[in-house]
Amino acid sequence: MTQRRPLPHDAAPLHVTGAARYVDDIPTPATCLHIAFGLSPSARGVITRLDLSAVRQASGVVQVITAADLPFSNDVSPSIHDEPLLAQGEVFYHGQPIFAVVATTHLAARKAARLADVDIDTRDAILTIDQALKANSRFEGGPVVWSQGDADAAISTATHVIEGAFEMGGQEHFYLEGQAALALPQEDGDMLVHSSTQHPTEIQHKVAEAIGLPMHAVRVEIRRMGGGFGGKESQGNALAVICAIAARATGCPCKMRYDRDDDMVITGKRHDFRIKYRVGLDDQGHIQGIDFTHFARCGWAQDLSLPVADRAMLHADNAYHLPNVRIESHRLKTNTASATAFRGFGGPQGMLGIERVMDHVAHALSMDPTELRRRNFYRNGQQTPYGQTIEDFELQDMVAELLKRSDYEKRRAAVDAWNATNDVLKKGLALSPVKFGISFTLTHLNQAGALVHVYQDGSVMVNHGGTEMGQGLFQKVAQVAANVFGVGMDSIKITATDTAKVPNTSATAASSGSDLNGMAVKLACDTIKGRIVRFLSETSGVSAGDIRFEDGNVQVGSKALTFAEVAQIAYQARVSLSATGFYKTPKLAWDRVKGQGRPFFYFAYGVAATEVVIDTLTGENRILRADVLHDAGASLNPALDIGQIEGGYVQGAGWLTTEELVWDDQGRLRSHAPSTYKIPTASDAPDVFNVALWDGENREDTIYRSKAVGEPPFMLGISAFLALSDAVAACGMGYPDLDAPATPERILMAANRVRVT
Amino acid sequence: MDITFLLNGESVELTDADPTRTALDFLRETKGLTGTKEGCNEGDCGACTVMVSDRDGTRTLNACVLLLPQLQGKALTTIEGLAAPDGTPHPVQQALVDHHGSQCGFCTPGIALSLAAGHLNFDNDYKTLLAGNLCRCTGYAPILKAAEHAASAPVPDHLTQLRAGQGPAARAEEGPALPGSADALAHALMDRPHATLVAGATDVGLWLTKQLRTLPDVIFMNNVKDLQGIDITDANIHVGAGVSIERLRLALAPHFPSFAEMLRRFASTQVRNAATIGGNLANGSPIGDTPPPLIALGATLHLRRGDHRRTLPVQDFFIDYGKQDRQAGEFIEAVTIPRDHNNLRVYKLSKRFDQDISAVLGAFNIMINDGKVQSARIAFGGMAATPKRALHVENALLNQPWTRETVLAALPAFAQDFTPMTDMRASADYRLVAAQNMLTRAYLDDQGIATSVQAVMP
Repeated sequence: MTQRRPLPHDAAPLHVTGAARYVDDIPTPATCLHIAFGLSPSARGVITRLDLSAVRQASGVVQVITAADLPFSNDVSPSIHDEPLLAQGEVFYHGQPIFAVVATTHLAARKAARLADVDIDTRDAILTIDQALKANSRFEGGPVVWSQGDADAAISTATHVIEGAFEMGGQEHFYLEGQAALALPQEDGDMLVHSSTQHPTEIQHKVAEAIGLPMHAVRVEIRRMGGGFGGKESQGNALAVICAIAARATGCPCKMRYDRDDDMVITGKRHDFRIKYRVGLDDQGHIQGIDFTHFARCGWAQDLSLPVADRAMLHADNAYHLPNVRIESHRLKTNTASATAFRGFGGPQGMLGIERVMDHVAHALSMDPTELRRRNFYRNGQQTPYGQTIEDFELQDMVAELLKRSDYEKRRAAVDAWNATNDVLKKGLALSPVKFGISFTLTHLNQAGALVHVYQDGSVMVNHGGTEMGQGLFQKVAQVAANVFGVGMDSIKITATDTAKVPNTSATAASSGSDLNGMAVKLACDTIKGRIVRFLSETSGVSAGDIRFEDGNVQVGSKALTFAEVAQIAYQARVSLSATGFYKTPKLAWDRVKGQGRPFFYFAYGVAATEVVIDTLTGENRILRADVLHDAGASLNPALDIGQIEGGYVQGAGWLTTEELVWDDQGRLRSHAPSTYKIPTASDAPDVFNVALWDGENREDTIYRSKAVGEPPFMLGISAFLALSDAVAACGMGYPDLDAPATPERILMAANRVRVT
Repeated sequence: MDITFLLNGESVELTDADPTRTALDFLRETKGLTGTKEGCNEGDCGACTVMVSDRDGTRTLNACVLLLPQLQGKALTTIEGLAAPDGTPHPVQQALVDHHGSQCGFCTPGIALSLAAGHLNFDNDYKTLLAGNLCRCTGYAPILKAAEHAASAPVPDHLTQLRAGQGPAARAEEGPALPGSADALAHALMDRPHATLVAGATDVGLWLTKQLRTLPDVIFMNNVKDLQGIDITDANIHVGAGVSIERLRLALAPHFPSFAEMLRRFASTQVRNAATIGGNLANGSPIGDTPPPLIALGATLHLRRGDHRRTLPVQDFFIDYGKQDRQAGEFIEAVTIPRDHNNLRVYKLSKRFDQDISAVLGAFNIMINDGKVQSARIAFGGMAATPKRALHVENALLNQPWTRETVLAALPAFAQDFTPMTDMRASADYRLVAAQNMLTRAYLDDQGIATSVQAVMP
């Protein structure tokens, strides 16, 4: 049995020796050229003059490409063809690519790209939520509204009504490996593209469009990414497309990687949101009605903003039953980089909205926040605001267990005692749950294919449409294949994701990687195994039920053969040892316009309790302890799952604490490098960090009853933000009213506000 | 110029090499050693961490802001040279595998080298060792666990030669771009007064990698051994300009613990191993971290131009933004820190504790005698166009009883001393309030009241 074993990441020995190969590490022919973009110096305006003569004359420059030079389409949008690869007459954000330089070295290309003489007749840029609202600058014409029951009526008759609004910042992915692509021209105009992408099929599609060829002429390969987090779902298109265009034009291999500053300026980030809320409650704290307004800053192009904003709405309930609810969502178009997918895909923003409401209500009604949350938890059989019936609610039990494991009550008392005796340093403690919907909300994306070969020596090659970005997908899927064939892990090799092996794949996103691809691989392996069993049964007379695959052997009645022997015999008997597998998620039915149906196959759950301390003189703060219990169903690999949980928590806490994106009033991103944008370091991880898996099988029939684990733990980090709010609340009587990220500055200002109220 | 060094034990001899080429580009593009990764190209992420060894021992550096001449006569170890020649993984490599310390793997070579250098140097302050190695996947817990598990394993044989005293010896005179003595440096600078002086290259490196500047004439300080001494007498601590911030931190720890603790948060281990005290002063940045405490301590700067030497108080060196009292051809030789009575408290405020540029850095040297403020030297970074003393605040405190009331009464004086700016690190309001509150903190610290979140244990 290889499933459920806590095996290390399959590439770990390569990672630690530097032998793991990323796109920029692929050896290239000596003729390889390098590309850099020239970027817009303005957030919005019309290009009145573009003099590139100095660029063309710069050392090492081979070619300069502008929009006018593009042979076919000028579009890298993953959605509605609104995102030109190179600006066409107008610019829409500071940092938008205007032209591309093809040069003999990376450095030569970068240097030349800065020599352009560009005149831009600037227009008033729409940068903020308020500016966008005032200009009615938005996607989809108007706000999207979903409702259930009558929120207004319920709020107006409620015992308590509480309202507020707050802001939460976006987030830079900061994948350690920046965006990169390499295009190698093939015979007959075909193109081989290596791209650091979560979505090879999308790269294939956009490259084919850009070089005027059918998709069959373009092959995209990706062995691994150095982190993705959603930032490589659509943001790699531009690099792959320009590489292919330049490779087609020059006949030479062309490579592009963004320098980190360019990467942060050009590519999209998590959407920042403002959320307004009005909630009515009974005297026990049960929510009677709630009205949310989401304002999402989407940037200049649509990209994936609509499903992101949808998912924010779909998580406006988090784990709580909202009997009367109205959610209004504004998708605002601004002259900033186009916000994109980021782990959670809007879910974290929606969830933070309701958790903020819980925090505010508990403070206003002087209720225990955990008790308030538990009272409002779903019960099985209740419906979400979008009409999906809850059938698998785990959180009552999980919260009870975490309270016990984290010694919560005792520590709550200790925190209160600390705060009563310490004037300067205040502690905070908070618990928050996660309920996260698993499936792409665009239903057709919930499909996956696999291709499995058994070679005549018994070695197995597995290929599927999922991409490896560090999450351990390849290892989990290899464990599935090894389990089906009853062989050791060294018999299985998973090769680079390749559009020529598995076509029409969905992005490795929405936490779906192992659910979809694990199942597709299992089905392919089952097909081959079925053929072998049939053959062995026919030739040996042993009934199929008495043929077992285990420990590297195939037991045929009383006779044991090695798997390799069986492969050899089957090959000689002309049994096909190659098969495809195809899986589509069942039970989904979703009407996006109405906001009703079953968008999710199931939910993944988690709960975290975090303790923090703040300095009320400077706002400095740190996480002292975090306790986490997370539901990964029957885990395919507990070690990899715990890795996702720990990493997700810290990344989620980073989003809400130190990671601050700052734009100036010209629309220029000021935090465009790790010197100014601060993701957590080793000392920012909780001093005490207890992470455990909630033991249980998925009630739905997923791959070995496991649950998706990529995104859900990210939102456990919300407990850190709430703990900071709790610590600030200890400074006085007022409500902290904290915006995110809770930087030292925001915490100090909040503490000062709380003191005077 | 000609440069010779050892790369994973093999000799590399470069002739006519571009002195402004980074070690990272050399490794990846020329040698095809792609295990060293480019994550940010500015020394902030640690994906390009390498080990550099000489007679003084082994330290980690960021290859992206390490220029080839800085490797002259040294031994460079990359991730490809970390495992034993027979392929046996280094204990930290094996521990990273066993404890799931890698996910995407891109930061992993740098992390392995930071941990291996710590392992070699018996340094188990893992969070400090790793402050300059960003990981976006793991949340660090398994990496820290791996570090602990590898600690007890012996140093592999092939690395013992990289210990202090055993690495390659520095070479003497190396030509006009790489002087081997302060005299040679002085003469080179007189000949080429507009040459760019490169010490640790942690800032000059960014002129190359980010501003894409061309530096036609460079003079490197890394072989100027006589500027790398630390001399501690009863009266003074005399620090050569070429002393790295990391060596300074270790030297100051027994004498000025608050200064040393601030230096622990000065950039990262890799940057502190490269950056020098002279560079941090000569750079003149208003957010450099060493000037405020040096000003608060009344330190003296030693400057030299040709054979002419002069001294001046550190505080007088900073004239205006980007303008220091240093003439063409002149360089900093040393700084002298008086050891006489002091009560130094240094507070560094940044968005993130480790490896972050200060929003405000306050240094307070307030002496109390008989319950009264006998002397006060207070200096700030991040509050003005230069590192600057808070003279009005000092005056408001002088000869007053050292009480909460005195502190409160002194707070308005901050607005007379400073009109800070708003930028991506902090707003002007916050800077001013935080600076005021640092005075309160200095007072409370004196009273033994807990004010440090870093001292709170779970």
